[in-house]
Amino acid sequence: MAESKLDLLQGTLDLMVLQTLAAMGSLHGYGIARRIEQVSGNEVLLNQGTIYASLVRLQQRGWISAEWGTSTNNRKAKFYSITKRGRKQLSQDAAYWQRLSEVMGRVLALPEGSEDK
Amino acid sequence: MTDHLRQRLHRLRAMFQRAEQDRDLDKEMFAHLELAIEENLQRGLSPSEAQRQALIHFGGPQQAKEKHREARGLPLVETLVQDFRFALRMLHRSPGFALLAIFCLTLGIGANAAVFSWMEGLLFRPYPMVANQERLVALTGTARGESGPTGLSWPDFLDLQRNSTLCDTFFVSKIMGTTLSIGERAQVVTGSIVSANYFDVLGVHPILGRAFEPGDDVGRSAHPVTVISYQLWKERFGGDPQIIGKTQRMNGVIHTIIGVAPEGFYGTFVGWAMKFWVPASMEDTFEAGGYKLEDRGERWIESYGRLKPGVTLEQAQQEISAVAKRLEADYPTTNRGRSIKAWPLWQTPFNNAGTLLPTLSIMLVVVVFVLLIACANVGNLLLVRSFARRHEITVRVAVGAGRRRLLQQLLIEGLVLSALAATGGLLVARWCTHLLVLLLPVRNGNAMHLPGEMDWRVMALSAVVCLVATLLFALVPAIQTSKIDLAGTLRSEMAGVARGRGKSWARYGLVVVQVSLCFILLVGAGLLLQSLQKIRSDSPGFSTDGVLVTAVNLVASGYDVERAKSFQDQLIDQVQALPGVESAALARVTPLGYGTFSSAPIAVDGYQPPPDEQPSVDYNQVGPGYLATMGIPLLSGREFTRSDNETAAPVAIINEIMAGRYWPGKNPVGERLQAKSKWLQIVGIAKTSKYESMRELPKPFFYVPRRQDFSISAALTIRTRLRPAIMAAALSRELKAMDANLALYEVISLQEQVDRSTSAQKVAVTLTGTLGGLALVLAAIGLYGVMSYTVSQSTRELGLRMALGANTGGLFRLVISRGLVLTIGGIFLGAVLAAGLTRLLGYLLYKVSPYDPFAFGSAFLVLTIVSLIACFLPAWRATRVDPIVALRYE
Repeated sequence: MAESKLDLLQGTLDLMVLQTLAAMGSLHGYGIARRIEQVSGNEVLLNQGTIYASLVRLQQRGWISAEWGTSTNNRKAKFYSITKRGRKQLSQDAAYWQRLSEVMGRVLALPEGSEDK
Repeated sequence: MTDHLRQRLHRLRAMFQRAEQDRDLDKEMFAHLELAIEENLQRGLSPSEAQRQALIHFGGPQQAKEKHREARGLPLVETLVQDFRFALRMLHRSPGFALLAIFCLTLGIGANAAVFSWMEGLLFRPYPMVANQERLVALTGTARGESGPTGLSWPDFLDLQRNSTLCDTFFVSKIMGTTLSIGERAQVVTGSIVSANYFDVLGVHPILGRAFEPGDDVGRSAHPVTVISYQLWKERFGGDPQIIGKTQRMNGVIHTIIGVAPEGFYGTFVGWAMKFWVPASMEDTFEAGGYKLEDRGERWIESYGRLKPGVTLEQAQQEISAVAKRLEADYPTTNRGRSIKAWPLWQTPFNNAGTLLPTLSIMLVVVVFVLLIACANVGNLLLVRSFARRHEITVRVAVGAGRRRLLQQLLIEGLVLSALAATGGLLVARWCTHLLVLLLPVRNGNAMHLPGEMDWRVMALSAVVCLVATLLFALVPAIQTSKIDLAGTLRSEMAGVARGRGKSWARYGLVVVQVSLCFILLVGAGLLLQSLQKIRSDSPGFSTDGVLVTAVNLVASGYDVERAKSFQDQLIDQVQALPGVESAALARVTPLGYGTFSSAPIAVDGYQPPPDEQPSVDYNQVGPGYLATMGIPLLSGREFTRSDNETAAPVAIINEIMAGRYWPGKNPVGERLQAKSKWLQIVGIAKTSKYESMRELPKPFFYVPRRQDFSISAALTIRTRLRPAIMAAALSRELKAMDANLALYEVISLQEQVDRSTSAQKVAVTLTGTLGGLALVLAAIGLYGVMSYTVSQSTRELGLRMALGANTGGLFRLVISRGLVLTIGGIFLGAVLAAGLTRLLGYLLYKVSPYDPFAFGSAFLVLTIVSLIACFLPAWRATRVDPIVALRYE
């Protein structure tokens, strides 16, 4: 089971985090990590800890903002939310991924040996 | 785009908020785990399983932290800072090593920076405040059949200026001197005769008043105006703010001061700081030989051109040659066989750039050698230390330090060393910028002006030297480190010499290289020293002993020709009447002095010169008894007498070489010689002497009576046993009695004059000698270091030998002989290299073969003795090894 999980491509985690925050509003690190695991149907190999590197990177670029707050069960945690510029970036990156995956899909759909004909 | 910039700024800030950000992350991670555990508990896991699952999903907290740091900060810079701190700590821990290494490198880098600053300040950008110096070229005339460059004539200069399209400007700057009396003090000062555009094209603007105006350089004595230097203004005029419009008598002509040049502008002559400038129209007030601005045959000016941007020297030369060719066709009488040559500024033949160039180029090679020796020393020190640190380094490799990281750390340690040394070196160089002046003679109370220049180019080049040096010495131990055999080293620490052999090669090799470089320098210094001795002991063809020279500047005091003639006759009579004076005579110029001889195109009955060549010979205008006073032997005929005057038939005395060349196999006495289209009868033959340089080959030369080719300025030669100072006092008294306005030039012996003419040689000897000594010290330190280390590492072997019956004498000899083998190896290598390199000393060698056995032999002897001394202490220590202790050692 563990072997068949997907390794994350460079940059994909950032996009996932952005999309999650865009969809869910304000969330803490654990919440984001769990959400991604759930959405991916546990297909993604994610060390939850690595999400913090992604969060600090996005924050430094000004795409998300962070604030300490209290969770539903009254625990102190840092809450992240997407900024306006983050949304713009998300729409760009999402469009890019979609195009890329379409192209990849088409390329991979070529039957083997088709070039010989 | 801006997002990335913002990120970079954040990253930079993060570096300085490490602790705070780490704390924040810790809190966040703690909250994360708490949340995860809580959720797991809700899912019904046991407390311990809830915690375990949370940690598994989180991954390694340490790894997460590391990733976080990498993402937020600048990891490359951070490790650099770490390594830098570590390097400082390591140096602090072994201050002896650090000091020695920094000392060696400081000398190496400092010597380089000093020579760079001299080259910059004297050869490449010699004229502070002058715009676009890199495009300046020096201009001289050339004559077919003559070796040296000549001046240009004013009309030729104007034609060149009119016809050149590749240069954006031309200007004239001819050095001359005058006696300036202000208040009580009369002083000889140097100035320049310049074209009117001078200050404008140089981009130098007077701080008071104005520069010359177009047309100031036209007409005979038409514009008696002068711009004075800042220094003169401050020192002699007390910085008078009302100076503009005041007048100053110079060479008998009242000049109006129209401007004061800015501070730091010294004119355009390498070697002397100009104190004042006059326009070319005032030429005949300051130059001997009358009004020359309209005479195409009088080649007296020194001039420069400035190339247009992008024009090469070769292109400009082609155009200039073409112009000269046209002038040759248009004015055959004055310009036959003549051309014009453009020189890069650093080869300028008419100032001290040309004289210092060979010396400075040799210095450049020498300081590179010194730097290499210093690098070898430091490399060796680091190598020895890297053995001492082998355990530390091995452990670092074992716990996973990458090779790249190790290399980076070693290089940074090296960089710290050489950066400290470079700072010291630049201080040394700064301190040396005015050193050259100290090595050169003071003339007439004026010291030369030869400043080094420490501009950003010198700094940058020194920084490059520093980096290259770092790579050279820091990589030696780095290469060794990269070969570390983990298991082997961890298992056993080092044993005897036998096993260390492979690694000793690097150390021994470095010592051999040091010794060989040092040998080359010593041979070079020896050769130059011998040349200097040969030059100084060589006879110039006149007596240097018991003859004094001086001058009285009559031009500066406004004497006209008739007054000068009667004054000079009277002066000679008075001087000859002085007690202790055997004879005295006047001459326009004295040999090997600062003045230049006149030159005349000649013709001889029955001598057919090769086509296109106009034989021209230097000559001197001398008074009666000149040859006797100078001690130049007369081979046949007679000397001039007082009756060889204006009204008598023109006569000449020729030298032996001239007699042999133009009257082969005949006695020329009684024959005639045409000079400057005037026929002279030859009345005597003098022995050939040196005229302009001690190195010159014997050349044709002749003398004419002063009265038959008169010029007001003259040198006075006196044959006497009295010392110069005593003679000067007596002369001053006489002069004061004759005319209180006259100033006496300094009185020096002819020997002093000869010595001054070889001062470039002396500079070269002093500098190579000093640097050779420095190299010797460095090489001795290197040899000592390596031998000490070898002895300390072979304690066991030495102990064993002793236990087996070797006596102390044997051990002493063993160590000494090892040191000697290295030395001899180095000397052998050095001798092979030196044999190929000494020829580069070129014209600085005088009557000394580049393979001179004496120079090679003494270098051999000196190095051997020094290496014996360097090995002595380690050898003595070897004999003190206690076999019991040594064998228990491991």
